[in-house]
Amino acid sequence: MNLYPVRAIYMAEIARVRRTLLQSIVSPVISTSLYFVVFGAAIGSRISEVDGISYGAFIVPGLIMLMLLTQSVSNASFGIFFPKFSGSIYELLSAPISYLEIVIGYVGAAASKSILLGLIILATASLFVPLHIEHPFWMLLFLVLTAVTFSMLGFIIGIWADGFEKLQLVPLLIITPLTFLGGSFYSIDMLPPFWQGVTLFNPVVYLVSGFRWSFYGISDVSIGASVAMIALFLAVCLATIAWIFSTGYRLKP
Amino acid sequence: MNDPIIRINGLTKTYDGGFEALKRVDLDIQRGEIFALLGPNGAGKTTLISVICGLVSPSAGTVSVAGHDIISEYRAARAHIGLVPQELTNEAFETVWNTVSFSRGLFGKPPDPAHIEKVLRALTLWDKRNNRLMTLSGGMKRRVLIAKALSHEPRVLFLDEPTAGVDVALRREMWDVVRRLREDGVTIILTTHYIEEAEEMADRIGVINYGKLVLVEEKTALIQKLGRKQLTLQLHTPLAQVPEGLAPFDLALADEGSTLVYTYDAAAREEGEHGIAALLSALKTANIRIKDLHTRQSSLEDIFVDLIKERA
Repeated sequence: MNLYPVRAIYMAEIARVRRTLLQSIVSPVISTSLYFVVFGAAIGSRISEVDGISYGAFIVPGLIMLMLLTQSVSNASFGIFFPKFSGSIYELLSAPISYLEIVIGYVGAAASKSILLGLIILATASLFVPLHIEHPFWMLLFLVLTAVTFSMLGFIIGIWADGFEKLQLVPLLIITPLTFLGGSFYSIDMLPPFWQGVTLFNPVVYLVSGFRWSFYGISDVSIGASVAMIALFLAVCLATIAWIFSTGYRLKP
Repeated sequence: MNDPIIRINGLTKTYDGGFEALKRVDLDIQRGEIFALLGPNGAGKTTLISVICGLVSPSAGTVSVAGHDIISEYRAARAHIGLVPQELTNEAFETVWNTVSFSRGLFGKPPDPAHIEKVLRALTLWDKRNNRLMTLSGGMKRRVLIAKALSHEPRVLFLDEPTAGVDVALRREMWDVVRRLREDGVTIILTTHYIEEAEEMADRIGVINYGKLVLVEEKTALIQKLGRKQLTLQLHTPLAQVPEGLAPFDLALADEGSTLVYTYDAAAREEGEHGIAALLSALKTANIRIKDLHTRQSSLEDIFVDLIKERA
């Protein structure tokens, strides 16, 4: 493994974030703050505690997860889609680097940005509601693993997409609905039994539940299931990326 | 060090749609030469370069660069190569300095600001180093692509139509850049449809058409071998037809009989009986008086058009 190319890709991607600071960092923070005002303060004040936690505090992990998933996917997908679109990907393909180095560079940069964003949102949330983190190590682990996994998913989408429409399609039609239905704003105990069963097929439930557990020690599903789910997701994404590079899918004719 | 720097054996590329872009191409590129790949649009020039550089997977055959197979030892092979693509592709928002430094890192080399400065100065980009790429003219953008390709000190440089859409002054400047690189020992492979470019620059020329390498030859040998000369004779009195005594010569009348054109090749020049001297004495015998005469050597362009026509 040669670290120079990894660093070159990583730094170039971070520079892109810096150029688009407003869109990258400020806008997710503003939209999260809006969620806090609407759900936390306006609606939350009429909802009694969930599992012994005030509603405002209850939704914090879910909101961070929501941003983490959508931002990871959109950062990473755009990062690799843009050179493909502009044609400058020729350089990446002709460089003496392995696919692992390419992935570490792009996914690493996208995940770094999402993690930073997650921490900023966490800090913002602490201004609105009293926060309490029971398992800080697990909290960070979930944060990092989720950011990395979904940045990989974004990377795959960026390679698959052959137009801006497709680039938007997956986040809009799949990621966002799954997150909203993944228990970001509610505990799945609140659902009728049938829908509780259906929800268990939604992978995001496991992520939100595990993340919430790291904050408050309460979860909808067992913590083991949450970790297993992330590991499974990570493995699927890694395998897909390995396949993409070994076949040259959508990269090499 | 007489091994070829690039060795291509039986290279074939069939695209998914079934289009055969390259058909069993064999080619050796020698160290330090400038090799021009000529061919009409769609002949397979870019596909050939793309396979060597790793942008397109070969269907069959092998390519090695400096003795390293481009697939099994892609790191070692690609580290030798710099590629300047045909189309102007840039990260519009980056600065010249950053994008060229990025390329060096991408090719696995540690940062070397002195080398980047040298490359930018050589391409007269130094004053623009802090400009964003989108603010540059087309010619400047092309220089940036060359600077990117040279950022990691490659031993082989591929230039895919380097002067397409570039004005005459800049084209000459690019040729100078290429010559200087050759003096530094860089092997250069360029594709072009400007014959002038190949004629001006190349040591050897390969002609590719319909995915087949139809000819590879030293430039001078090619011109000598295939070059036809024309002798144009302005006559004192127009002729209605070529006199019978001159039938052995390949003659044609033009300008309503006032001009006689003799086409001959290098071989005919050697043989006495069809040479110019023989023709002139035959003309004297036929009592045809000449006002003026001039000869013309056919250019690579004529040769090329003939070749493509013949093999099509």
